[in-house]
Amino acid sequence: MIVRILSICLALIGGVASVAQAQDGPLRIEITEGVIEPLPFAVPSFQPESGDAGQMAVDLARVVSEDLVGSGLFREVPASAYISTVSDFNAPIQYADWKAINAQALITGAVSVSGNTLNVKFRLYDVFSGAELGSGLQFAGTVDGWRRMAHKVADAVYSRITGEGGYFDSRVVYVSETGPKDDRAKRLAVMDYDGANVRYLTDSSSIVLAPRFSPSGDRILYTSYESGFPRIYVLDIGSVQRRVLESAEGTMSFAPRFSPSGNTVVYSLTQGGNTDIFTMDIGTGQSTRLTNTPAIETAPSYSPDGSRIVFESDRSGSQQLYVMPASGGEATRISFGEGRYGTPVWSPRGDLVAFTKQNKGRFHIGVMRLDGSEERLLTASFLDEGPTWAPNGRVIMFARETQGAGGASSLYSVDISGRNLKPVRTQEGGSDPSWSPLQK
Amino acid sequence: MHKGHYISGAGHLGLIGWLLLGNIFTSRTEPVEMQEVSVISAAQYDEMVAAAQSAQAEAAAKPAPEPAPEPEPTPEPEPAPEAEPAPEPEPAPEPEPVPEPVAPPPSEEVSEQAPELPEPPADVAVLAPEEAPVAVPRPVERVAPEPVEAPDPEARTDEVLREAATPDAPAEKVVEEAQEATAPEEATTQIVTEAAEAPKASPNQSARPPARRPTPPAPQVAEKPVETPKPETPKPATPKPETPKPEAPKPEPTTDKDAVAAALAEAMGTPDASPAPSAPSGPPLSAGEKESLRVAVSSCWNVGSLSSEALRTTVVVSVAMNQDGTPQTNSIKLTSSSGGSQGAADQAFEAARRAIIRCGARGYQLPVEKFGQWQNIEMTFNPERMRIK
Repeated sequence: MIVRILSICLALIGGVASVAQAQDGPLRIEITEGVIEPLPFAVPSFQPESGDAGQMAVDLARVVSEDLVGSGLFREVPASAYISTVSDFNAPIQYADWKAINAQALITGAVSVSGNTLNVKFRLYDVFSGAELGSGLQFAGTVDGWRRMAHKVADAVYSRITGEGGYFDSRVVYVSETGPKDDRAKRLAVMDYDGANVRYLTDSSSIVLAPRFSPSGDRILYTSYESGFPRIYVLDIGSVQRRVLESAEGTMSFAPRFSPSGNTVVYSLTQGGNTDIFTMDIGTGQSTRLTNTPAIETAPSYSPDGSRIVFESDRSGSQQLYVMPASGGEATRISFGEGRYGTPVWSPRGDLVAFTKQNKGRFHIGVMRLDGSEERLLTASFLDEGPTWAPNGRVIMFARETQGAGGASSLYSVDISGRNLKPVRTQEGGSDPSWSPLQK
Repeated sequence: MHKGHYISGAGHLGLIGWLLLGNIFTSRTEPVEMQEVSVISAAQYDEMVAAAQSAQAEAAAKPAPEPAPEPEPTPEPEPAPEAEPAPEPEPAPEPEPVPEPVAPPPSEEVSEQAPELPEPPADVAVLAPEEAPVAVPRPVERVAPEPVEAPDPEARTDEVLREAATPDAPAEKVVEEAQEATAPEEATTQIVTEAAEAPKASPNQSARPPARRPTPPAPQVAEKPVETPKPETPKPATPKPETPKPEAPKPEPTTDKDAVAAALAEAMGTPDASPAPSAPSGPPLSAGEKESLRVAVSSCWNVGSLSSEALRTTVVVSVAMNQDGTPQTNSIKLTSSSGGSQGAADQAFEAARRAIIRCGARGYQLPVEKFGQWQNIEMTFNPERMRIK
């Protein structure tokens, strides 16, 4: 009897256990750890569809590759590893061959030239899925603008894979610097984001500072000592015509920035030894005071929606970052770490503020949220300053100056994760970069 | 092991007991000899001597024995000053004069005054018995035997230890019993060996290896001749021949399930096993097998090219598997997402799909006999730990 009871109990326990172990639906697992590494891609030379497009097809593919690799998010599989090649833009893809070399993305393209018109089309494939990623695109432009065509292709690829907007078809205005440190010539220059197509906007007869792109990318604000005092100028990039923003006699105006609408400029004005923040309507020239404290308040930057302004001030005794309404009013301090904070720039996404930080004898470029949380220093060197955001808010460009009498300033870029820190190719030294929006 | 401790403990206990009961350190209230001394003149002394000489003749018979014990206690008081040397150094000289008058010769002479002295002797007599019990060092001797008895309990404790060692052995036996209780789970782990039994149905399994190799080439050949967007179409053809495979292994696990159901039915007294036809069959995957699959997929889940928003998006992806462990590419679908926009979810899904396909190209290491359990998998890709803040 006892044995029977025991056997029944054991059977019940076993039955309950087996029922508990049984799964009703599919097997479920959770993946929480992955890898962070560049995505390998292959971009065979584009197919020339016209007789004189051969070299252009090769160059286009090369620029596309440089753009993607330069972002730090992609890695190109060298052509020497290719098992098969693409001989026809419309030919089926040999996925197995590309899988074999672990090319996860494949970019194919074709180029045709007709007179001064350049046509570029491309397709992006997800090799392991064995399917095209999105649909093919085609761009048309001038032959001279072939690099922009390549940048647009790269932007499209970047956007489709990462889900973020690209930034390759953009430009940077900066202060080009030449000569020794104690006698350095400075002039405004504009270039493609990758350092190509440099164009000088001013001569080096006077000191120029802090150029800033307009939201439309067709104008530039900058500060010049041409009159002996710092004054703000507006320069049209296309015509290279400029005009000064009038200010009262005996005042110094500097650190200008456009509002998101492009109709207003926020800047600093020093009068009677005190520096405050003002705005000026570009059309009417009417200025409005936003701050009125005995402290030095400068480097204002609008939020993307134009409702707030972040700036630096030493009203608390040390140089810190503050946020105030765009119309002025009570400011809220957002930086509380050690050291001094300056040159804040609002992210195009609106979620972060990039800044320069000086602490313990070193300079840093960092980012923080608007409430001051999640401060993250991305760089550290003898002198890093002047951050500017890429149009997609993923990359920051800044100026880095080396130490010593022979020290020079040059441009660098870094991902907001702190990875992919690299110099920007410029013909000469550079400082005060300002990234344009994506070109249209 | 603790024999030494027990011996030491018993020894100490015995010593302490001996010290306590033996009154070794008890302060003795040694009797202080008090004698009255009166100053007399020489004439009085002569009279006393004369009286003593006359009394000697009278007391020759009786009083002689009484004073005899008296001199005995007198020497005893000497140790008393040892007990109280410092406090009363002065009284010490007092007894000295006493012996002088009590000197044997005169005492015999002053027999009459002896009755007066009896009082002090009476005191002395009282003190003497007190000293006897106090000074009894014998209790010390009585204590001594007790520590001798102590070693015995030590020997007993040794025995206890030996007894404790014996229960350890049975404890191990109990562990073995516990293993028996977990035997069913181990049996599932060891199903590898059971799988060896399954090879009886090996014709189905032997079909797997060939299925892997033909699979890749098949789509390649099929894709090339077909049109550009066709890569997707040939793949469905691939899984088709594979789908029947899952059906083959099903009967194997069902037999196990029937056995379990029968056992349950017997235990519950119900004749119905009620197996759900669509429910996964076969023994469940062990934690290690699940972990192996998770790690395999993780190694191919590259979030380095994802946007910040996509890195905040968790996606749940469902995939149907072939019996050879490869995923059916066309079956990979986004089941749900959370934390981001649809665009971010799409990007996150693409990365997840690439991970599943890439690392599953050669087939995930999953037990074939449990195919019913992993035929359909739902993977949750949570990038929280990988997020760029």
